[in-house]
Amino acid sequence: MKSAARDPSLEHIQRELDRCHGQAYWQRLEELSTTEPVRKLLEEHFPSQQLRLDHTLDRRGFLQVMGASLALAGLGGCTRQPKETIVPYGRNPEDVIPGKPLYFATAYPSRGDALGILVESHMGRPTKVEGNPEHPSSLGATDSQAQASILDLYDPDRSHAVLNAGRIDTWDRMLTRLVERVEGHQGNGGKGLRVLSESILSPTLSRQRDLFLELFPEAGWHQWQADHRDQVRAGSLLAFGEDLTPRYRLDQADVILVLDGDVLHSDAGSLRHAREFAARREPDAEGGMNRLYVAESSPTLTGGMADHRLVMSPAQIEDFAREVAAGLGVSVTSAGLPEKDKARAQAVAADLKKSGARAVVMPGFEQSPAVHALAAAMNQTLGSVGGPVSYAIPSQYAPTSCSDSLRELAADMDAGDVETLVILGGNPVYTAPGDVDFESALEKVPFTVHLSAQEDETSFRCVWHVPELHPLESWSDLRAHDGTCSIVQPLIAPLFGGRSAHELVAALCGKSGQPAHDLVRDHWKRERGMTEDSAAFESFWKTSLHDGVIAGTAFESRSVPAVDVAKVPRSDSSNGDWSLCVRMDSSVRDGRYANNGWLQESPRSLTRLTWGNAACLSPADARELNVEAGDLVELRLGEQSTVAPAWPMPGHPDRTVTVHLGAGREQIGKVGRQVGFDANPLRSSAKPWNRSGLTVRALPGRKHALASVQDHANMEGRDLVRRFDLADWVENGVPEDAGGSHHGDLSMYPGHPPAENAWGMVINLNTCTGCDACLVSCQAENNIPVVGRDEVLNGREMHWIRIDRYYEGEDENPEVLHQPVPCMHCEEAPCEVVCPVAATVHSPEGLNEMVYNRCVGTRYCSNNCPYKVRRFNFFGYSDTKTEVLKLGRNPDVTVRTRGVMEKCTYCVQRINQARIEAKKEGRPIRDGEVRTACQAVCPTQAITFGNLNDASSEVARLRENPRHYALLEELGTKPRTTYLAKLKNPNPEYPA
Amino acid sequence: MSSVAGDQNLTTVTEKISSIVLERKVGKGWILGLMVCFALVMLLLYSITVLLVKGVGIWGLNVPVGWGFAIINFVWWIGIGHAGTLISAILLLLNQEWRTSINRFAEAMTLFAVSCAGLFPLLHVGRPWLAYWLLPYPNTMGMWPQFRSPLLWDVFAVSTYATVSALFWYVGLIPDLATLRDRAQTGFGKVVYGLLAMGWRGAARHWERYETAYLLLAGLATPLVVSVHTVVSFDFAVSIVPGWHATVFPPYFVAGAIFAGFAMVLTLAIPLRKIYQLEDYITMRHLQNMAKVMLATGMIVAYGYIMELFMAWYSASPYETAIVSNRLIGPFAHVFWPLMLCNVLAPQMLWFRKVRHSTVGLMIVAMFVNVGMWLERFLIVVTSLSRDYLPSSWDDYHATFWDWSLFIGTLGLFGALLFLFIRFLPMISIFEMRTIVPGGRPKGSGANGNGEGH
Repeated sequence: MKSAARDPSLEHIQRELDRCHGQAYWQRLEELSTTEPVRKLLEEHFPSQQLRLDHTLDRRGFLQVMGASLALAGLGGCTRQPKETIVPYGRNPEDVIPGKPLYFATAYPSRGDALGILVESHMGRPTKVEGNPEHPSSLGATDSQAQASILDLYDPDRSHAVLNAGRIDTWDRMLTRLVERVEGHQGNGGKGLRVLSESILSPTLSRQRDLFLELFPEAGWHQWQADHRDQVRAGSLLAFGEDLTPRYRLDQADVILVLDGDVLHSDAGSLRHAREFAARREPDAEGGMNRLYVAESSPTLTGGMADHRLVMSPAQIEDFAREVAAGLGVSVTSAGLPEKDKARAQAVAADLKKSGARAVVMPGFEQSPAVHALAAAMNQTLGSVGGPVSYAIPSQYAPTSCSDSLRELAADMDAGDVETLVILGGNPVYTAPGDVDFESALEKVPFTVHLSAQEDETSFRCVWHVPELHPLESWSDLRAHDGTCSIVQPLIAPLFGGRSAHELVAALCGKSGQPAHDLVRDHWKRERGMTEDSAAFESFWKTSLHDGVIAGTAFESRSVPAVDVAKVPRSDSSNGDWSLCVRMDSSVRDGRYANNGWLQESPRSLTRLTWGNAACLSPADARELNVEAGDLVELRLGEQSTVAPAWPMPGHPDRTVTVHLGAGREQIGKVGRQVGFDANPLRSSAKPWNRSGLTVRALPGRKHALASVQDHANMEGRDLVRRFDLADWVENGVPEDAGGSHHGDLSMYPGHPPAENAWGMVINLNTCTGCDACLVSCQAENNIPVVGRDEVLNGREMHWIRIDRYYEGEDENPEVLHQPVPCMHCEEAPCEVVCPVAATVHSPEGLNEMVYNRCVGTRYCSNNCPYKVRRFNFFGYSDTKTEVLKLGRNPDVTVRTRGVMEKCTYCVQRINQARIEAKKEGRPIRDGEVRTACQAVCPTQAITFGNLNDASSEVARLRENPRHYALLEELGTKPRTTYLAKLKNPNPEYPA
Repeated sequence: MSSVAGDQNLTTVTEKISSIVLERKVGKGWILGLMVCFALVMLLLYSITVLLVKGVGIWGLNVPVGWGFAIINFVWWIGIGHAGTLISAILLLLNQEWRTSINRFAEAMTLFAVSCAGLFPLLHVGRPWLAYWLLPYPNTMGMWPQFRSPLLWDVFAVSTYATVSALFWYVGLIPDLATLRDRAQTGFGKVVYGLLAMGWRGAARHWERYETAYLLLAGLATPLVVSVHTVVSFDFAVSIVPGWHATVFPPYFVAGAIFAGFAMVLTLAIPLRKIYQLEDYITMRHLQNMAKVMLATGMIVAYGYIMELFMAWYSASPYETAIVSNRLIGPFAHVFWPLMLCNVLAPQMLWFRKVRHSTVGLMIVAMFVNVGMWLERFLIVVTSLSRDYLPSSWDDYHATFWDWSLFIGTLGLFGALLFLFIRFLPMISIFEMRTIVPGGRPKGSGANGNGEGH
């Protein structure tokens, strides 16, 4: 335009225009445009527009213009375009290419452990979590909580503002008041100043704690966490006189005895345990197939994997441990065990003994200190210390007994000795056990600050509430169960403001305003002995951030003294009363995820219940009490009582009730409020997990509908989950009658033309533990909506992959069989032929595809799907109105609307991503290059996906396995998703 | 036995039938009946509105039970519609002159039943506003419907059926509309009936063309009697759902449809002949013949039930056997046994002459069959879906208020249309009746030639 500006005519126009203002201006412009010099000028500059300027219009031109304007008017009427401003990057951020995600390594605190994760980020928005294969707690897998952390991050119910007595206030005002308080404490060395945190897994926070206690020697730092490891610690103190945590290497164990704990699913390091356990689950594994014994009082997924599962009351676990220990030659006496279990214990002991140093005993963290000590003694006797089991210091910093710590704090608060209390995370008002009245003690503290992500029960009762940053928004560091540290880096700027614990503690130490980033860097500078911003540190920092682990931080294992079993006290035996087992919820844990719809709707282990907990009891007890599923019962223990819906659970011990924590929240966002009942009051700080003296009373006529995703647990004699005994398998192979009738390749329709890739999936039922991580991962990857409790009750859950759970055998101790069922992508798909509008079609590569745009919603495809994997949007389930939720969606996957069918796509977006990469490089897609969301997350790598046309691919290899079979293959659907039969390795000498 | 009773001649026929429309005062019963039905039509419209605003989630559907009341009602209404075409077309071709007095309202009933039926497939889809994608029309998407799907066959079958039924009914009405035009006492009536009569003058050429057209339409409609319900049964038979995938379905559905249709004709004819004193026209012979048709088709339906049981056993398929045991002794026994009572036991009463000659007895049996056929469709649709291959997916089906309201609403629509029909159009074909009263037709002239000379 430079030349135009210099044009004399233009200047002339400019001058002309300058003389006019307002309305006249516009008149002038119009007049001017008709003058000869201006027309000349325009012709010169815009020759193609010359005709348009001609005011005379012939018939043809008139019709053209009319036609075009009518068409445009019509177009305009089609869609009203939203007004928006598009601002391109002035300078493109490094590595950001629109449409291409980036991955960042960080860590996520989960189950008392740190989980190394890789987070997928689309244009600066984290959308999906994957495991970090380099990380010892993850090995590439994650649990459902880490998957669901994405939804937590974008939860619109997260706390948005600092609150002072319920009113919105500012961080600075809070800080001023806090600093005033803290300065007041400086005179007395911090007397009356207390901090309550959860177990500390952050090295930086630990250093800050040390600094704080240095500054205020009289102050107190307490720790409380509902799923604390007090029992492990007490057991270790009992056995070794020091606090050590056992670490297990299950890939080195031939025989495993688990004493009542969900070690493959719910414990610190359980993802690793599961991976290592699964590695030894195949008959051709190095060292042969392992054997798992589980004695348990509350059915768990680990028990479901057992070759022999023993059912007993919680009090009998110790008796059983003693019996086995005695059988191994540990000098303990046993009593109180029924004859049958005694014989079994002997058989277990004999089997353990046979494997010697390659056998291991694992107690659940909920077990009494005595059980932990006995297990330690057994492992020593077996000689497995240094092999499958080793000891190291706990991963928690400043380990302490959480129960004692909370009780002391509450007592001091109650006595008026606490003037200032800063609560860093956690929700003690809700999670405090029944004998600690934290709520009323809190009222006696004049100045309280609570840092939490949600406005919860505790924030509600504190003077100040500060919103806490999500782990994906903040700088921190975390130590995993084996000591490996990771840097936690933010993936996104804080969405709702908020602060991290580091910033708050820095303020306590008089260093307010220090960002967490600096604190964390500072810690690692000191840790590595580099005080200046040296190049070495930068390189260390970058490497650690990139890898997601800090090299060389894993613990050294410690040698331990021999356990003196004489010192191990005998716990009280059961007195014939009912017992209570309190367990963590497999989804919402201690209630911290209660506002997360993905986790609320994720079916709980074994019960398949969503949206709330239940009082699980044995079917025999249910009959005796005359209650059915959903009938309310009253649970009374001492002064505490609660009303809960009953859930008869096959395999549950008699006269025992299991309740799960994390439900019945009162102060929380709209998702988690009043879901289930609160079981915390039934806990005691001395006996947090197992208690006796329970009374159970049926409340006839009162019901609460429980939203289970699976109503029928019996396979009805159908050949759905195949299962063989190892010995029988080795001897005879596949039985002749397996698989029913085969009709060969009969079909009315011509086959599909061959293509370069033929996608297929094999799911190994032998290693699937039924943990449901795949379900949540799928939900995160594929924008699967949450439907809510009522719709689950209506049978309309939307999960694209579900884990079917079947029971086989007697109610008292049935065998548990899990079967993940995604879309089978049948080659002869029954759904495709019945769709009247061709909305579900076959891709050349064998995918059974859903065309959402085309679907009118006849639901015929779902009716005709023998696997019932199709899901229908009966209502508009996807929340398309809440803006913040849109950030978390996967941009590569359509958000479905009302009236549309949907189902598993084999993560077609990932296939296409790989296809583009492969095409760019001019090569075929490599085996393992496409990993579906369910496959990637699986802790036991039970899911394999790949190209069946490639004979060397893993999935093609697995299809050659003799255990391979297709579900309902007699229907002739020729599924692309197939299974490997389950193998059990029972001990032939085990008494029936 | 004659198809006309009493002392009726050409004049009385015309006067009697046309006076119902033209002269008879609007009765209180008619107004009350129409009001009730109209209220139900409002309920229907309200239910449809709620459905369109909220989605099919308001019904009791779930996964696995993807079809519920909508499909049950669709099949039920379509079945009811069958009697009309059968009476009009097949019996016409077979020279069954007794059909004359019942064909008109049976055809009307067909039309109204098909209208009610047609609502359901449209409304039951998740996105009804896109239901037109089932039609094969040239479009910018370059998409045809998917011709392998039985639902698409349904679209063709039902729309053809509706079109032919409507044409058949209207063509048959034209001479009578002309009669009404000529006898109408109000100017308005003259104009409206005149327009509808399309200039009918009763000329010989008119009659000749009319006869040809009517016969052609009868010929066209005849295969439809068999095809429509056969195609509807394909919705089930073509699938691989246990309990649906059965070769007996097409004949069994067709027989069931005729069974249900005649039951509905009886249900309507018995009160109508009483209220409008048409006993001379719709005689006991008519009722008896219909009862016999019901008995025969009822036996075919019973055979269908037996074959279902037999095939389940003979297939040795655990899935088929499970469906049968679910019906006989399982969670659906409370539907199965009433169904047996309604559709198998109750029609056996028709073996007795006494029952066939009692309007009350026939009415009771017909009501049983109406209910029974609905239960049958419920059993077929729901049992198989709620418990198919994988027990993990099994779920129950509970109808909601909106399921019922839509169903009852269509009953109202059906009733309202019928009330309007009997008030504004001759419910019995005047000119055809004239052919069968004494002196109405030269001896030896067949049904094909009826109407000659009038």
